[in-house]
Amino acid sequence: MTSLPRHETPKKLGLVIDLDVCVGCHACVVACKEWNTGGYGATLSDQQPYGADVSGAWLNRVHGYEVMPDNSDGVVIGEAGEARVVHFPKSCLHCEDAPCVTVCPTGASYKREEDGIVLVDEDKCIGCGLCAWSCPYGAREMDLAAGVMKKCTLCIDRIYNETLEEVDRVPSCVRTCPTNARHFGDLADPTSEVSQMVAERGGFDLMPEQGTRPVNKYLPPRPRTPLSACAQPAVEDTADAAGFFGWVDRMLDRI
Amino acid sequence: MSRLSAEALSQPVGDTVRKTTCYMCACRCGINVHIRDGKVRYIEGNRGHPVNRGVLCAKGSAGIMQHYAPARLSAPLLRTGPRGSGQFKTISWDQALALATEWLGEVRRDDPKKLAFFTGRDQSQSLTSFWSQQFGTPNYAAHGGFCSVNMAAAGIMTIGGAFWEFGAPDWDRTKLFVLFGVAEDHDSNPIKIGISKLKKRGARFVSVNPVRTGYSAIADNWIGIRPGTDGLLILAVIHELLKARRIDIDYLVRYTNAAWLVIDAPGTSDHGLFARDDDGKALIFESVTERVVPESTKGARPALSGRFELADGRSAVPVFQLLADKYLDPQYAPEAVAAETGVDAATIRGLAAEIGRVAFEEAIEIFERWTDMNGEEHSSFVGRPVSFHAMRGISAHSNGFQTARALHLLQVLIGAIDCPGGFRFEPPYPKPLAAHPRPHGKAEHFGSNQPLAGPHLGFPLGPEDLLVDDEGNPARLDKAFSWDAPIAAHGLMHMVIANAHAGDPYPVDVLFMYMANMAWNSAMNSAGTIRMLEDKDPETGEYRIPKIIYSDAYASEMVAYADLVLPDTTYLERHDCISLLDRPISEPDSVNDAIRWPVVEPDRDVRGFQSVLLDLGARLRLPGFADNRGQPLYRDYADYIVNHERRPGIGPLAGFRGSDGERTGRGAANAEQLERYVENGSFFSVHIPPKAQFFKHANRAYQDFAVSMGFFDTPQPVTFQLYSEPLQKFRLSAEGLREPVAPEEHRERIRSAFTPLPEWYRPLEEAAVDRETYPYHAITQRPMAMYHSWGSMNAWLRQIHTRNRLQVPGAICDAHGLETGDWAWVISHHGRIKVEVERTEAVNPLTMWTWNAIGKRKGSWGLAKDAPEAERGFLLNHLIHELLPPKGDGRRWSNSDPVTGQAAWYDLRVRIEKAEPGERSEPQFGDIEPTTAERPDEIRYGEEWNR
Repeated sequence: MTSLPRHETPKKLGLVIDLDVCVGCHACVVACKEWNTGGYGATLSDQQPYGADVSGAWLNRVHGYEVMPDNSDGVVIGEAGEARVVHFPKSCLHCEDAPCVTVCPTGASYKREEDGIVLVDEDKCIGCGLCAWSCPYGAREMDLAAGVMKKCTLCIDRIYNETLEEVDRVPSCVRTCPTNARHFGDLADPTSEVSQMVAERGGFDLMPEQGTRPVNKYLPPRPRTPLSACAQPAVEDTADAAGFFGWVDRMLDRI
Repeated sequence: MSRLSAEALSQPVGDTVRKTTCYMCACRCGINVHIRDGKVRYIEGNRGHPVNRGVLCAKGSAGIMQHYAPARLSAPLLRTGPRGSGQFKTISWDQALALATEWLGEVRRDDPKKLAFFTGRDQSQSLTSFWSQQFGTPNYAAHGGFCSVNMAAAGIMTIGGAFWEFGAPDWDRTKLFVLFGVAEDHDSNPIKIGISKLKKRGARFVSVNPVRTGYSAIADNWIGIRPGTDGLLILAVIHELLKARRIDIDYLVRYTNAAWLVIDAPGTSDHGLFARDDDGKALIFESVTERVVPESTKGARPALSGRFELADGRSAVPVFQLLADKYLDPQYAPEAVAAETGVDAATIRGLAAEIGRVAFEEAIEIFERWTDMNGEEHSSFVGRPVSFHAMRGISAHSNGFQTARALHLLQVLIGAIDCPGGFRFEPPYPKPLAAHPRPHGKAEHFGSNQPLAGPHLGFPLGPEDLLVDDEGNPARLDKAFSWDAPIAAHGLMHMVIANAHAGDPYPVDVLFMYMANMAWNSAMNSAGTIRMLEDKDPETGEYRIPKIIYSDAYASEMVAYADLVLPDTTYLERHDCISLLDRPISEPDSVNDAIRWPVVEPDRDVRGFQSVLLDLGARLRLPGFADNRGQPLYRDYADYIVNHERRPGIGPLAGFRGSDGERTGRGAANAEQLERYVENGSFFSVHIPPKAQFFKHANRAYQDFAVSMGFFDTPQPVTFQLYSEPLQKFRLSAEGLREPVAPEEHRERIRSAFTPLPEWYRPLEEAAVDRETYPYHAITQRPMAMYHSWGSMNAWLRQIHTRNRLQVPGAICDAHGLETGDWAWVISHHGRIKVEVERTEAVNPLTMWTWNAIGKRKGSWGLAKDAPEAERGFLLNHLIHELLPPKGDGRRWSNSDPVTGQAAWYDLRVRIEKAEPGERSEPQFGDIEPTTAERPDEIRYGEEWNR
């Protein structure tokens, strides 16, 4: 068993992911792989990369779900009866009550006291997989080549990397996201941009019933108005051509 | 307590950063390539780059795996086994180039038209077209004919530009954005950035697409239209806008041919053409003095309606009168089109109302003094903040040309072209139709050992510009610019192999292709195309297409069909130039171009294709490539980029010209030009002055800027062509009223498709097959993480799309007893495929769809033969014939738009039947013997850098 920090961490670094604009392009998925395979800890290896049963370790994946809104709760996220596709990026949520930490038999899994980032000390990891089993989000993946557990580090070797320009000290997924659906910041600070975004947009926890208190938040799709609600009668009801050209002539006089 | 030292977390990314241009798709973003120990450590977007502003998509970030893919070719290859076997021997570049020179030299001497040179996913058309012109064959084009020529041609003929490379929505100001069809694969990062911006502002985003994936998934409103009916929907919106008086009369009078008089003299050769004065200037009716005067007469108040007598006694009516009479007709009312489009009338009415409301009630104004081409001063730019975008979705139908025309007509009617918040041109566009060249390729345009008399591609202004002989037979192999496809501005690459195989209109000797997977996903009727490539003349034992030269960087399916393979480099190993002479990357506020340069050195015996083409040009002693002693004019492509001049002072790159590198647009060659580009992040950008940024088609300051930049030598303002006179000329020929008269068998198609005002007609395949027998549509969508076929050799991208399934609407599943995971036969008039099914509701109820080009042939792309791409992946191409079903007139018509020859990929009609469970998709083909390196069983990329 490994302990979580005894006190609330002074910083809660995490991601805010905007489901209103995520188009499921996978830019974040690949940028994450690309950065982290040559970064912190073991590579993110790929098995049978050109073969039948290709697989690999990824720290961030995008899932697509088809949902059928019924709008009965008054929240219009689509036209009722019309299926929507929701793209849902998912990586470690850096939970405050992270079961993956407390379940770790060797102390490899830990939550940093200073910023709340959940990490794996790969020197201590024995690859038992208990943490992945305990994570309700399926956010950890075993690297089959190194036999250690891999997970999102919030690009810890970017965010504190003084060789990078300050603007680039954000996770790789955030820097690359073409729709600006991913935001990084301190969710313990109510004045931070990410906290304000969560407050304004009704950011929510993923599966709060699990009691994990995730730091990462998701922003729901913005409400939408059906086009049919915009239909209005013609400005003038002279539908015949004579009436129309009369109007055109009046418009010409005004030029 | 931290277990990680600050030092451990502060490691430099790499040894060096090299900035170049991405080539993982056609978007052409700026990238920072971090190099460590001579290897690519990390690729990220360049924050300073005008295209992507620092972001990068999945493909771009996966560039590492593209660059190191085992599917890379490694040396020139000469075929040893039968075509399609994949059996080759490695030869030297000297041998390869000598052989190519021998083959090409014989053709050039004996009959230059027997070379067909077509390029696929190519961004060097300025060079390839110049090369083929100097070679002298009439048979050259790039791949626009099977891509989006409908969009390009309709746009240029209507507004002097089109979407994507010609213009973009004003993302920072638009308040309503309407996207038609699939657009995920072109201009992808700018569109993603733009959609995000407008959603953040609360602007409405409407997507019109049978399929709700990708961008449609986040649209405020999704209109799940039936494929091929977009034009009808647009005309219904126009009907509503006219009825509601939501049109910009001032804009129409100033910038369009709305007031031009159309001759009404049925049965004569001038019927439907513009009344013109002796100088050829179109006439209008001036309603104050009640006289017919030339258009743009100062102070004239033009009539937009009425019937007027011309000096010769004939009568004429303004374009706008014809337009309003046509589209106010109840046949375009929302109720009348609802059943055909599958869109209910209330939604159509709501869309029209929103367009009208936003355009006129939320108009925006930018206070900036500017002067129009008539010398009139304006104190501001008035914007109608409604913008549109479309690409292949509307383009790849046989009614796509007219649909794209209809969309531009809609934009013009509300005054939303090149205004704040609307669609805005990107330099060097707009460019009027007449400023484009006429096509060249008739018999008198070429001959033994001489260049073609002019450019291959361009725009005919009427039937007199067609490339046909006296009997009306096509001059070009692909029949572009013939009566089959009169305005085939990009050629018909999809007809090249079929026509060459059939010897119709004539056989060729050498087929030369670059980056075009014509033996697989780039061909309609892939199985038939494979047979044509393999087919031999029984009398001679020779292949019917005798010699095939192909260049590609990867072991695509087409490589196996080449006789001689010229291996290209990866995009990180080459020089390239993203030129204003070619397919530009400008933005509405800036003129941009860019380069690629070798940020890593090739470790194989490969050469950049453009350098190889220059070498071949010199060996063939083509003018412009070799001097009169036969010495090469250019060392390689880098040398050409810097020193080639198309016109004096105008070269491939606009930036850092002149001996001191301080000239922009026009200027002498600068030996340091490429170094200056590299220092600047491998791109060049110059801002358009604020008073020149809008209404570029009629803005004096912009026109002067365009001349100073060298886009034109004189100002080239554009008058938007609501009514198209060139189309009417073709119609008059089809009615037998105007010389040259269209051959009898072509008349009906041309009469119905060449309407001078945009019209909708049912797509040709749908009209030709029994709709009961083939009740459904089947189309592809473009995944954002994969570009055409280039992605399956990439170890990371193929984990995102390893195989594809057919997405089938729930109602169709229920009707046929299908569930997710079942296998089904999908059957068209041409063939059948066996595929795995997945149920979906996020789609038009009559439409099934799948991802494009995930299916691969066994043995290709460096993949194992049991790779899911080959076992379970599939192509719809096997269902799509390059010809329409026979209609009993003894001829087979191309499955293309009758105006432009655009391949009608999305017209496909099918039925579906449950199949026995299976393990593999059908059809399957024989294995190709791999020509590529060993495949590793595991990748631990970056292992040496772990910490």
